[in-house]
Amino acid sequence: MTSTSTAFATARAEGRAALIGYLPAGYPSVDGSIEAMKVMVEAGCDAIEIGLPYSDPVMDGPTIQAAAQAALDGGVRTSDVMRVVAEVAATDVPTLVMTYWNPVERYGVERFAADLAAAGGAGLITPDITPDHGAEWIAAADEHGLDKVFLVAPSSTDDRIAMTAHESRGFVYAAAVMGVTGARDATSDLAGPLVDRVRSAGDVPVAVGIGVSNGDQAAEVAGFADGVIVGSAFVRCLLDHEGDLPAGLDALRSLTTDLAEGVRRAR
Amino acid sequence: MSVQPSTTGRGTSRYDADERGYFGQTWGGRFMPEALVAALDELTEAWQEAMADAAFVADFERVLRDYAGTPSRLYHAERLSELVGARVLLKREDLNHTGAHKIRNVLGQALLTKRMGKTRVIAETGAGQHGVASATAAAWFDLDCTVYMGAVDTRRQALNVARMQLLGAKVVPVESGSATLKDAINEALRDWVASVDHTAYLFGTAAGPHPFPSMVRDFCRGIGDEAREQCLEQYGVLPDAVAACVGGGSNAIGLFTAFLEDEGVEIHGFEPGGDGVETGRHAATIHAGEAGVLHGARTYVLQDDDGQTVESHSISAGLDYPGVGPQHSWLAAAGRATYTPVTDAQAMDAMALLSRTEGIIPAIESAHAIAGALDVATRLGQEKGPDATVIINLSGRGDKDMGTAIEWFGLGDADLGPDADLEQVEADAATELDTEAQQ
Ligand SMILES: Cc1ncc(COP(=O)(O)O)c(C=O)c1O
Repeated sequence: MTSTSTAFATARAEGRAALIGYLPAGYPSVDGSIEAMKVMVEAGCDAIEIGLPYSDPVMDGPTIQAAAQAALDGGVRTSDVMRVVAEVAATDVPTLVMTYWNPVERYGVERFAADLAAAGGAGLITPDITPDHGAEWIAAADEHGLDKVFLVAPSSTDDRIAMTAHESRGFVYAAAVMGVTGARDATSDLAGPLVDRVRSAGDVPVAVGIGVSNGDQAAEVAGFADGVIVGSAFVRCLLDHEGDLPAGLDALRSLTTDLAEGVRRAR
Repeated sequence: MSVQPSTTGRGTSRYDADERGYFGQTWGGRFMPEALVAALDELTEAWQEAMADAAFVADFERVLRDYAGTPSRLYHAERLSELVGARVLLKREDLNHTGAHKIRNVLGQALLTKRMGKTRVIAETGAGQHGVASATAAAWFDLDCTVYMGAVDTRRQALNVARMQLLGAKVVPVESGSATLKDAINEALRDWVASVDHTAYLFGTAAGPHPFPSMVRDFCRGIGDEAREQCLEQYGVLPDAVAACVGGGSNAIGLFTAFLEDEGVEIHGFEPGGDGVETGRHAATIHAGEAGVLHGARTYVLQDDDGQTVESHSISAGLDYPGVGPQHSWLAAAGRATYTPVTDAQAMDAMALLSRTEGIIPAIESAHAIAGALDVATRLGQEKGPDATVIINLSGRGDKDMGTAIEWFGLGDADLGPDADLEQVEADAATELDTEAQQ
């Protein structure tokens, strides 16, 4: 397995930010999602976040909800997600799973960590677990050498940011707008100060997510963050071409190219 | 009769949560996005300070008394008592303003919202009772109010949608997921993440992330505190058993709390058994669910092998929820309370029975408690004689459920006269209870 920190190190050495792309496993199908993620890797994503679809995604806006629900309706299982991880990780790009907590608890925390590591996964992003309620996951991740990516928000206190930076491995996910996932027209002016606060709390890389949908926004965020996370805009490419995967993949490829160019333009 | 101060976090009872919101070190907690943690911390602090502030407690008491009409009566249902051979006492929460216990929670949270200086409230609702209570409190306290309601439920409960709108609330139909109560909670949480600086989330039951299970319990516990005192005053004894229906668990924990340390008092929760637990179409979360995390708390959840929430089913929209408040999970695990499913059919029979014996039309939620508790009362009557005493929480009135009753019983056509089936229900119930009594 490859820790996400290697992607940040590479990007840093090249004087740029890393591009991290998200798609849910199982949309439009399990194999289709694997193909889509491989396109994102080829076109310039430095790390991939694989969403594990969940019935009650409270941090997600309509776009990701729609794709995740379609994946669930299509019958995607946690074991399928592990297969997607294995296939994507085989490209040698750091591959994380982003998941709400209950599917992990249900699978068995220790078993999940072991299987994820065996599949070559880098770690987990846990949007509804904070380190102070995540002891079980922290123990399992430590045992298997997995990245523990926790989130910070503009509303986080300095104490909590320090605690989160300390407990995270791989990177810290800065959710830079107060709101759910979804593409936004303007990047948030809360992002820069938030990144600065994380930086002053530790030397773990900080990636900014929620809202970025084009190369210009990526360039702007890359100006102050170690990584740019893009989710809904990628999902949109597939949703907009429902029933026509090749067209969806073309859209994914050109968006990835635009974003990858963006993260290289900033500095 | 006074509002009792909270004991949460002070470690005075093994049934309370610890400072991080865990009951029995396992249940509850706060499995929530970091973005909401500051707000939940702020709320926890405000609630604990408020409950320790005599002025707030006095204010809450005054509002409950003058506006909601508490303390609610503890009423001796004599005909029901005769039927089961034990003393059946009904805690008349159905007579509160807006027709259910829910007003207690909402008034407490709205007072707290004012104290915290927030100007807008959001709420989720299933049947619409909590939504109506929230809209009512928002009108009275002059707060902006948005209520999220599953699109399926807005169609089923059009009358309550209209009530909320008349009260000045905005009702947002939720189309995502299964378009029912759990999805309304998801959507309210999504709103809250984006609006938390000026908005309070009036959570409708004793579930969700810390501090909601404990805070909602504190605002509802007047039910049991009053009932305990009334029972002692009126009959000179503690009850042998107390009983309530359990959806998320607010009316039940509101009743149970006062009796947790009374070891001789049996505590019974009745869960929605839907078509029968064996059919898989039910919402009997404790009885048939497994431990998991839903809406921020570790608790029993109806879920599949992958931890995906399974849709629940109940004739009663207010009980139709695939999770349950974490303190109930703890009371069940600790053996302090017993949770038993009651089917749709049993609840509807009890609705008819209470209507015809006592002239009280209960909410279908409450009818679950009646159905289950009558069996308990029958048993206790046999064991202890006719002075055996059971308190049942009549959590709400049935006006909102008349549409369902019309369909279920085939009512509403004046030409048909009294419905033969219904007469039969009453007769059957009497015989059945009689037979049980003789066994
Ligand atoms: C009358 C009545 N009783 C009970 C409930 C169930 O909620 P809880 O379990 O929180 O008391 C509801 C919910 O709408 C209700 O309206």
